[in-house]
Parts: sequence; structure tokens; C-alpha cells
Amino acid sequence: MNSRSVEILVGAFMALGIAALVMLALKVSNLASFGGDDGYEVHAYFEDIGGLKVRSQVAVGGVQVGKVTAIDYEMDSFRARVTMKIGSQYDSFPIDTAANIYTSGLLGEQYIGLEPGADIDYLAEGDTIEFTQSALVLERLIGQYLFSSAGK
Amino acid sequence: MLDFLQNLGRRGLAFFERLGRGHMFLLRILGSLGQLIIRPWLVIQQLYSVGVLTLMIILVSGLFVGMVLALQGYNTLVGFNAEESLGVVVALTLVRELGPVVTGLLFAGRAGSALTAEIGLMKATEQLSGLEMMAVDPFKRVLAPRFLAGMIALPLLAAMFSAIGIYGGYLVGVELLGVDGGAFWSQMQASVDFSNDIINGVIKSVVFGFIVTWIAIFEGYDCIPTSEGVSRATTRTVVNASLAVLGIDFLLTALMFNV
Amino acid sequence: MTATDISTKGDALVQIRDLHFVRGTRKIFKGISLDIPRGGICAIMGPSGTGKTTLLKLIGAQLKPSQGQVLFDGKDIHKLSRKGLYEQRKRMGMLFQSGALLTDLSVFDNVAYPLREHTSLPEKLIRHLVLTRLHAVGLRGARDLMPSELSGGMARRAALARALILDPMMIMYDEPFTGQDPISMGVLIELLHTVNDSLGLTSIIVSHDVQETLSIADYVHIVSDGVVVESGTPDEIRASESEWTRQFIQGLPDGPVPFQYPAPDYATDLYGRGGA
Ligand SMILES: Nc1ncnc2c1ncn2[C@@H]1O[C@H](COP(=O)(O)OP(=O)(O)OP(=O)(O)O)[C@@H](O)[C@H]1O
Ligand SMILES: [Mg+2]
Repeated sequence: MNSRSVEILVGAFMALGIAALVMLALKVSNLASFGGDDGYEVHAYFEDIGGLKVRSQVAVGGVQVGKVTAIDYEMDSFRARVTMKIGSQYDSFPIDTAANIYTSGLLGEQYIGLEPGADIDYLAEGDTIEFTQSALVLERLIGQYLFSSAGK
Repeated sequence: MLDFLQNLGRRGLAFFERLGRGHMFLLRILGSLGQLIIRPWLVIQQLYSVGVLTLMIILVSGLFVGMVLALQGYNTLVGFNAEESLGVVVALTLVRELGPVVTGLLFAGRAGSALTAEIGLMKATEQLSGLEMMAVDPFKRVLAPRFLAGMIALPLLAAMFSAIGIYGGYLVGVELLGVDGGAFWSQMQASVDFSNDIINGVIKSVVFGFIVTWIAIFEGYDCIPTSEGVSRATTRTVVNASLAVLGIDFLLTALMFNV
Repeated sequence: MTATDISTKGDALVQIRDLHFVRGTRKIFKGISLDIPRGGICAIMGPSGTGKTTLLKLIGAQLKPSQGQVLFDGKDIHKLSRKGLYEQRKRMGMLFQSGALLTDLSVFDNVAYPLREHTSLPEKLIRHLVLTRLHAVGLRGARDLMPSELSGGMARRAALARALILDPMMIMYDEPFTGQDPISMGVLIELLHTVNDSLGLTSIIVSHDVQETLSIADYVHIVSDGVVVESGTPDEIRASESEWTRQFIQGLPDGPVPFQYPAPDYATDLYGRGGA
């Protein structure tokens, strides 16, 4: 084995290893997903966000268009305020678009699903989504079911 | 009774003496790393035998482990109608645990044993003495390059293991079992955190690289220079390094994810 | 004897003083003292297992004595820093009993190794130097072989070429003649002679080949049981009065030299400790 081919093979090895690390960083983790500045932030208020987390998906029709960047609780209105960043290429959602918190599968991740409205104005940086629907929390559903069946 | 105590004492002393020697050895290795900057060729050569030659077993194992994870994960998740989280399950398991740990174990068996045997044989055939008498420090030319190569190779191998494992999971989950491909990746990206998961996995693999390579070259250097001594040292490397990987993994996991 | 001791003391290259060395519980050296004069061939002989190889390793500071000192060119070799020791080792060559060639390098690269490590000579010059040394030991044609492809005798000759490459001021040969056929033996003896005279270096030869060794050595130490039993020029050794020396030189089976490694009485051993 001459030194040149050893060097080439080792070079290929290192390149492959670094490529794997880059893939883990960019494709597997959240490092690159809608990171950076290319996007605009909008807010939405929910009574109950369930298991929604920072970095949860924001999707329209199953396609991810953004992610949740911050979650706070507003003492004035006693509601949770969710800030989400939407990719800049998705810049023409009507202002009356609705935001709902869904669960993928029965116990899966929770995400925000947007349902576009019909207004001619578009959502822009800093806007607030007016129409929201909170997360379906399993315990509450069961509780409601029991309550209603007891009432009959 | 007294015999028993004496025996215990002797073993204890021998153990601590060896431990001490191991640490002195490590110090000398660390002190010898600097000069490798002007002799990268020595490290490249070792990266070949420690890294390139270990690549195949890592890739094949990684692929299969990822595929099995996807099968098992799918069967569990589909019961909750949550099979789209399959990507998350596969990726987190690989990146946090199986990638570094299985790579560490395979590395101990494949590269660690080879390192011990090589250094042990160099000692048994007086090559190390020969170097010393040529005024060449074996720590600088033989041991330090191997140590550094092991420390570089293991994290890279672990990353490759995880990456190809995730790909294997994708093959089984998406191509074979019909999980939605978009959801597979996007949920993975939403749940795998760069600093918490990826970086912690890399830190684990760096620590394993350090420990496994240290054990391997110390066992080789410290062996009894006969064929039997070398073979025992090789076995000890595989056993001790594997135990060390598993034990330290527990400690690191406790530190990183629980506390 | 004491007269020569004092007269050589000033210019002896290696002076061993009251050296003690223990392996496990066995005392290999019990206060050995000897001088290796400058610029000659000095032989160290003795029965197998008396510690001749060990003595060479003590001189090269690969082993540490429990007591006593080894002065190499006036410096206590065991008290030097690692750097200082390596400086001194560049001035010593050592031919190991097994050859100790680096198994992952070809013969050529093995011989070139010390040059590449310690000098920054151009590759062309290195090639020239290596080929001359290989030619001298008759292995110029074997330069591309790997050590595993060499016979024992060839490996030792390659190692000799390597020991000579840095032009050291002293070379220690551990059993240079074993495994050589009569022709290479003759060539080797001649080579040792030429090297020694032309380069003006000091050679220490450890060997069992009594006649060959006596024929080239300028001075001989016979070591047994941890001490020097006799020293002198080859002629003095041949003419020695000592029964011990005579038996060793002539290879007689009976006499005071023990053939056995120290052991308890044969009969007691055979019939068990109880002696029933
Ligand atoms: N690594 C070791 N551990 C324990 N004892 C050893 C070791 N090496 C050598 N010895 C003991 O030291 C003694 C001297 O060994 P050494 O190799 O110096 O002998 P020698 O004079 O070179 O013999 P030979 O002529 O056969 O090569 C031997 O009796 C051997 O039992
Ligand atoms: Mg010997």
C-alpha cells in the first residue's frame, strides 16, 4: 500500500465522517430547519397549547412552512402566546388565516396547523392570528365525555 | 484468613500500581502529542488502520441497527397511530445512545484489539527497545500517533454509524412500511435538538475514543512480552474497554440528560 | 590487573562501577565493575543466561540498576534527563539479538530510519548512504524485502547496517555471529574490523563463539554469576591459569562452570520435596 493511496483513503474517510456530522446537524436536527432570518414572525393566542413546544412544526396541509420560536403566558388575558416564524417564501397567507393545534397520531407530536382564510390582506411580520383553536387534551376529552354521559 | 487478607492486599496494591502506571503513561502520551503537528503522516497512517479498516463493519452494523430500530419502533408506534414519529425515535436512539455506544464497542473489538496486539508484538520483538536505542522515543513515534488517530476516528465513525442508521431507518420505515417521508424527516428535525442531542452524542463518542484508545495502547505497552502475554492483553483490552464504554455511557447520560 | 584498571580508567569509554541488578528475586549482577576501553573491540563472554544482554541494556539505560553506576564518556547514563539520554544514545548503536527491525518497513526503510529521524539529509544522499551500508552487509539486493521475508541471519545483518548508519562512536553487538554461515561469518568479522578501524569507534561484542571472538577482540571480559571472573587480552585469556576460564574457552563439559541454571539438588528434585 503506497503512501498516496493511504492518504487518499484516509482523506475519503475523514470527508465521509465530516459529511455524516454535517448531515446529522442539518438534516436530522433542528439546526438548519427554518433557522436564520429568512422568514417573518406572527403571533397567536391559545387557551391551552397542550404539549406544543418551541421548535414544533407549523404546517399547512401537511407541509411544514415554519416553526414555533417562542411560547409565553400573558397575564393580561390569561392566554398562552405562541410566536411562530414562517418561511419567507410563504408570504401570502390571508390575514384571516386560522391556527389550530393538532396532534399527529394519538400520542404523537403536537403542531400548529394553519388554515388559510379568504381576506385580501396578507399576514406580515408582527401580526396576530385571530382565529385559533386550542389543543385537544386527552384528559379533558375523556372528562367531557364522562361528564356528558353522566348528565344523560 | 490472614492468607486471604494478604492476597486481597496484594491484588489491591497491584491494581493501584497498574492504575498509577496507566496515568503516568497517559501523561507521557499527552506530552508527546504536540510534535505530531510536524509529522501528520504518522497520524494519517494510523487513521488508515484504525479508521478506514474499521469503516466497513461500522457502516454495515449501523445500517442494520437502524433498520431494526425502524421495524421495532414502527410496531410500537403504529399501535398509537403515531408512526410518523418513527424518524424521531430512530434518530434520537441512534444519535444519543446507540451511535456512540455501539461504535465504541465495535471499535474496541476491531481497532482496539489490533492496536494492543500490534504494540504488544512490537514490544515482544524488541522493536520498541530498538527504537529507544536509536534515540527515537516510542511514545512520540509509535504511541502518540495511534492515540490521536483513535481519538479522531471514533467520533467520525460514530457519526457515520448514526447517519447510515437513520438512513436504514428511513429505508425500512418509509420505503418498506409506508410511513410518510415528509413527516419522517420533519418530525425528526423538530424533535432532535442540535446542542442537546447531536453535540452530546459527539461528546460521548469523543470520550469513548479517548478511553478505548488509551486502554488499548496501554495494555499493549504494558503487556508481558510473550505470545501468551500479548494474547491476554488483547483480551483485556476488549473486555475492559467495552465495560468502560458501557459504564461511562451511563455516567454521561445521567449527567447530560437527567441532572 | 589493578594496574591496567588504573591505567585505562582515564580514557575508558564505558566505566561500570559496582553495578547491582535484580530480576524478581534473582540477583543478576552483584556489584560488577568493568571498563570498556576507547577505540577497540571489547568482548564480553560468559555462559548463557548470566546476563550479558542485560548488561548491554543497562549500558544503554533501558534498564535501571538497583545500585551502582554506568559512566558513558564520563556521564552517568542513568542520571541523565530523557533528552540528555537520547542525545547519548545517538552516539551508541545497538544490534539486538533478534535484530529488532521495524516490521512495517522494508529493509531499505529500516536502514534509512535513523537518518530520516535524526537528520534532514536529502533523499538522494540517504539512498546513497543506505545502499553502501547494505552493500557492506551483502543485502543490497534485498533492500525491498520486508523483515518477515528475511532469514534470521539476514535480519541480523540488516540490523547491523542500521546500527552503523548514524556513524556512532560505540556499537554494542548482541550475538552478531549466531545464525551466520561460514562465509557471512568471515565477511562479518572482517566488516566489524574494518568498521572499527576506519571509523575509529568502540565495539562491544557479546558472543559465545569463543574462537571468532578471541580472534577479533582487543580486550575480553568474562562474566559469570554476576561478577567479572577474568579480564585481559585474548592472549592472556588463552594462557589463563584459571581452570574456570580454560573450561569455558575450550568448551569442556566437565569443570567448575555450571551448565545448569541455579537449581536445587537433582536427586531431591526428582524424588520430591518430602524425599520419601
Ligand atoms: N524480562 C525478564 N524477566 C525476568 N527475568 C529475566 C528477564 N530477562 C532476562 N531474565 C533473566 O536474566 C538472566 C540474564 O538474561 P540475559 O538475557 O541477559 O542472558 P544472556 O547472558 O544474554 O544469555 P544468552 O547468552 O543466552 O543470550 C536470565 O537468567 C533470565 O532468566
Ligand atoms: Mg543474550
